[in-house]
Amino acid sequence: MKSKAMKLILGLIFGIIFGFLLQKGGVTKYDVIINQLLFVDFTVVKIMLSAVVTGMAGLFAMQGLGWIRLRPKSGSWGRNAIGGLIFGMGFALLGYCPGTIAGAMGNGYLDAIVAGLPGIIIGSWLFAAAYPLLKDGILNKGYFGDLTIPRMLKLNNVTVVIPLAILIIALLYVMERAGV
Amino acid sequence: MDWLTQVKWSPYTVGIGIGILSWFTWLISNEPIGCSTTFARSAGMFDRLFRGRGAKEMPYFQEVKPVVDWQFMLVVGIIMGAFVSSMLSGDFTMQWIPSVWGSHIGDNILFRLIIGFTGGILLGFGSRWADGCTSGHGISGTMQLAASSWISAICFFAGGIFMAWLLFRVIL
Repeated sequence: MKSKAMKLILGLIFGIIFGFLLQKGGVTKYDVIINQLLFVDFTVVKIMLSAVVTGMAGLFAMQGLGWIRLRPKSGSWGRNAIGGLIFGMGFALLGYCPGTIAGAMGNGYLDAIVAGLPGIIIGSWLFAAAYPLLKDGILNKGYFGDLTIPRMLKLNNVTVVIPLAILIIALLYVMERAGV
Repeated sequence: MDWLTQVKWSPYTVGIGIGILSWFTWLISNEPIGCSTTFARSAGMFDRLFRGRGAKEMPYFQEVKPVVDWQFMLVVGIIMGAFVSSMLSGDFTMQWIPSVWGSHIGDNILFRLIIGFTGGILLGFGSRWADGCTSGHGISGTMQLAASSWISAICFFAGGIFMAWLLFRVIL
């Protein structure tokens, strides 16, 4: 019982740090998100790619040491490609995503609180209502399970992690040199 | 302590910070950073509130239970963290119309709310369809090298770039 409460408190603490970072990064703002989608400002991509490189290096090192066990989500083309495109269109109209909208609320943005939040909750409910119709059809089209890039390429993790990290860092370097 | 009151940090400081944060969420809580499931759990809570426990529960809410879990608290924490950060820097603003929206589309609050609400519905629907969002797939899933997350993240941006282009470059 005590450990369950402790877990929730830790979630809250991690969230406070995450929200603090998102706000300092500027991604709690509609303007920053929409300017990324219009290729005017690359803040969102820079934050995401540097988070992925840092996170990936640590997670695979810790998994190699046996400290953690990663759980890649299983998926399918029907799920991830179609769901991703629907999500993306909403992302551009609202200008916040489910994580940054929480940050936008903390930042005082009223469009996030009054329109975005009820929209996301109602959209989630609509999916729950449609779920029985979608479950065994489109959501399973092109199912590939919890496939990872290393398994797809038949390589071990380190052989993928190192070149990918170099590639992402090179891409960030090129973006800085190009002045975006 | 100047850094606490700065309005904006380098995107690399923030990104590396989020990456390191994710080491600790895995190590201490055995959880990846994610957000969108919380909105589905909230939807389930409202469903229960309005229709009562007696109403036949939807199959989806038997899989994604309407309970407060680690991720739910993470999302509550994000609101608090962003509030503290924006208060420290004086960046906290009660604002209806974002400035890029205002300069391109106009200052009609109702129109902003209608489009924002529509976007929210697509975002909620799409994140459940794809089983994750910009955090769960875009950051936590891609760093685990999950195929599902790389496909989702690419499609988030493809759909977003398409719609932003349509709205700002074609319609307007």
